[in-house]
Amino acid sequence: MSRIIQGAPGEHHLFMGNEAIARGALEAGISVAAGYPGTPSSEIIENLAADASETDVYVEWSANEKVAAEVAAAASFAGLRALCVMKQNGVNVASDFLLHLAGGGTRGGMVLVPCDDPGALSSINEGESRHFARLLEVPLLEPGDFQEAKDMIKWAFELSEQIGNMVMVRSVTRLSHASGDVELGKIPESDAKARFRHTGFILDPEQGAMTSAPVGYKHALQQEKLQKAEALFEDAPFNTYTGPENPELLVITSSACHLYSREAIGILGLENRAGLLKLGTTWPLPRQLVRAHLEKCGRVLVVEEVIPFLEENIKVLAAELAPEIGAKTFYAKRDGTLPATGEMNPDHVICALAAIFNLEYRSAPEQYTEKAKLCVLAGAPGRDLTFCPGCPHRASFWTLHNVLALDNREGFVCGDIGCYSMGMRETGFYTLKTMHAMGSGTGIASGFGKLDRFGMDQSIVAVSGDSTFFHAVLPGLVNAVHHGSNFTLVIFDNSGTAMTGFQPHPGLEVDAMGKPAPPLDIAGICQAIGAKVSVCDPFDLENTRDTMLETLDDRQGVNVVIFRQSCALSPEKKGKPRYEMHLDQKVCMGENCGCNKLCTRVFKCPGLNWDEKNQAARIDEVICAGCGVCADICPAGAITKKEAG
Amino acid sequence: MAASTLPSDPFNLVITGVGGQGNVMASRVLGNILTRKGFTVTIGETFGASQRGGSVMSHLRVSEETTWSPQIPKGRAHAVIALEPTEAVRVLADYGNPGVYTLCNTRPVHSIAVISGESAYPEQHQVKQWLRDLSERAWFLEATNAAMEMGNAILANIMMIGALSATGLLPVDSQGFEAVISRSMPADKAARNCEAFDIGAEMLRAADRGQSVK
Repeated sequence: MSRIIQGAPGEHHLFMGNEAIARGALEAGISVAAGYPGTPSSEIIENLAADASETDVYVEWSANEKVAAEVAAAASFAGLRALCVMKQNGVNVASDFLLHLAGGGTRGGMVLVPCDDPGALSSINEGESRHFARLLEVPLLEPGDFQEAKDMIKWAFELSEQIGNMVMVRSVTRLSHASGDVELGKIPESDAKARFRHTGFILDPEQGAMTSAPVGYKHALQQEKLQKAEALFEDAPFNTYTGPENPELLVITSSACHLYSREAIGILGLENRAGLLKLGTTWPLPRQLVRAHLEKCGRVLVVEEVIPFLEENIKVLAAELAPEIGAKTFYAKRDGTLPATGEMNPDHVICALAAIFNLEYRSAPEQYTEKAKLCVLAGAPGRDLTFCPGCPHRASFWTLHNVLALDNREGFVCGDIGCYSMGMRETGFYTLKTMHAMGSGTGIASGFGKLDRFGMDQSIVAVSGDSTFFHAVLPGLVNAVHHGSNFTLVIFDNSGTAMTGFQPHPGLEVDAMGKPAPPLDIAGICQAIGAKVSVCDPFDLENTRDTMLETLDDRQGVNVVIFRQSCALSPEKKGKPRYEMHLDQKVCMGENCGCNKLCTRVFKCPGLNWDEKNQAARIDEVICAGCGVCADICPAGAITKKEAG
Repeated sequence: MAASTLPSDPFNLVITGVGGQGNVMASRVLGNILTRKGFTVTIGETFGASQRGGSVMSHLRVSEETTWSPQIPKGRAHAVIALEPTEAVRVLADYGNPGVYTLCNTRPVHSIAVISGESAYPEQHQVKQWLRDLSERAWFLEATNAAMEMGNAILANIMMIGALSATGLLPVDSQGFEAVISRSMPADKAARNCEAFDIGAEMLRAADRGQSVK
């Protein structure tokens, strides 16, 4: 149940950052929201979609981020307010369109919300989106807490309409997925009407065609818009200063780092010595505001994540102003005061401040910390990520790993993005050997599949999830078939975008708002492209193995094998085991069986434990999801399955 | 303005466990109870990839004044609720201090390193001793077992919230819990959760009386 439309103006709610952003979009009176799922951004579109029937907002999970940006832009061109949401690397996907959009401008307010993942808590990169604001030459805002996450969205829509261009509002995991206090505002009644005006003179921003050409004229106009934004930033309510009139050190920060910095200053008792300039408008920098603070202090600490974006932009400004305000000493990432990679936290800032002010700081008594560290070493075994109990991917990788061994040609699998990315780790038997962007597994396999002329005779497999297939695999597959590349594409069709919380994709019968939608048939599409297609159930180990062995032997063009089995957490499956599992410890021969503890040492489903006392495997009834696969793995027949009632 | 004062401001609580144990739900429910009482609550949590059988942690900061960093500074937890025993040890190493209160569910969740035999899981009495050594006070509750008796192991997370209410560390009670839970699920499910909350509170009181708890 969603709560973002509930609540009267003035009420305080505990909102996740993403809920605050979604509420802000509703208070801004948006008509359209589009995005592609990706942690930590997904809950923004999810919340808007859940309330769509009551808000009249059109909400969609687009096929990918570029399409999402195009869908949102169309609404803007027709005079409506539109929100576009994605995780950081989605901006890479959308950037070609966004560059042209920023060059041509927008009409109805358009706000792009990228959610970055410093520390790569749920990503395989910690690339960030802020530098896109500079590249695209559009204004950038960064909320510093949950209230701002809501309020800033509304402000961003107004700014977008004032300057006639897209505005970026960048969030990070520690805001998007954190929760805090938000005072609600009013959600306006909607009377939005869409009309795309296109019959005017080509240079007319309100009546002409929408494009970034003629470039000379439009680019200059775009930079004027940016200057206008900078002027508005000078008085923006999101830039605040706390601290003494003439501090010994000026801390400049933005986003969640503002909360870390404030707490660090408090813990070290530096309130009367260090000033905190928290910027909500980080590109272009409000020159006069920053100057006024730089003037009063010779030393500056910049706290941000991840690349030194703010640091470098402030340094450019400081260099330009140096003849008037003097040279400044900077402490930040480039001099090693703060770590260059990973996410920030209060302790990093405390360390930096303690070093600059020459203070001693210890987070807990040394004796305590030493004792606790020893306890962890002795008694908190590592907890590597693993596929959920009952996850089809464990069975799928079991088969892929085994057939490549049987095939015996040093075959390998090109990975892709989703839960199954974990196939690169222990839980997937280290089966994936390349892993890059969405769709890259198929593109890379397409390339490997053409290297036979150079003597490459290894078996090549690519994998893709069902949502990833629609997002970015299609062009790679088209390329491979057209060029006669030889490889097998395995599509893990688990009926949803599982990694991010089960958002629908174009292969399903339902859209983001829960309305019926025509499902696109992955097998039919692959056949139409010209691939040979077969379908199997990865829980049927024997049939899947035979299908894969046959396919690997074919070595003629592109084969697609669809492994169809829905996610263990899918709404239709969750909490409803298919089988009641039983393990007879009298039959399990443990170390004396020739299997070398196949079920626990090798298969490693969390639903199975090794019982030290009885020297036999055992089923953990709390965790087992009843998929039945381990019964087919145990050579001794100790594990049996019975259809659950 | 908040209805009652806190032992410290902010009061820092870590809820930890393994992905799938209901960590996020527990932190949200607790946060909502305290928000309704007028406190300013900040919660930082990690989910997404780490939901898949990894260690998970929610940081709750309860204040009468302001929003705090969504990450508690090292060594500054006032209380830790652990849904899994070895995760309590891991959290105390980073966020613990001699004054911390620890509430620990005793049921282990074996990581794949333990399942495969690469690492050993410590004996329960050993983990208990470590947690006692590292805490001002530690309570051990067989919450998962009690939840299984109720027919659903996941309810252990709610039992631990109930147990926290009985410590008196935070102004949380069964009325506050009921008000929040009944807004987010159907009446029959909410009633089961209230029952779990009360069982958790009673388990803690029994532990305080030195009785063996279920």
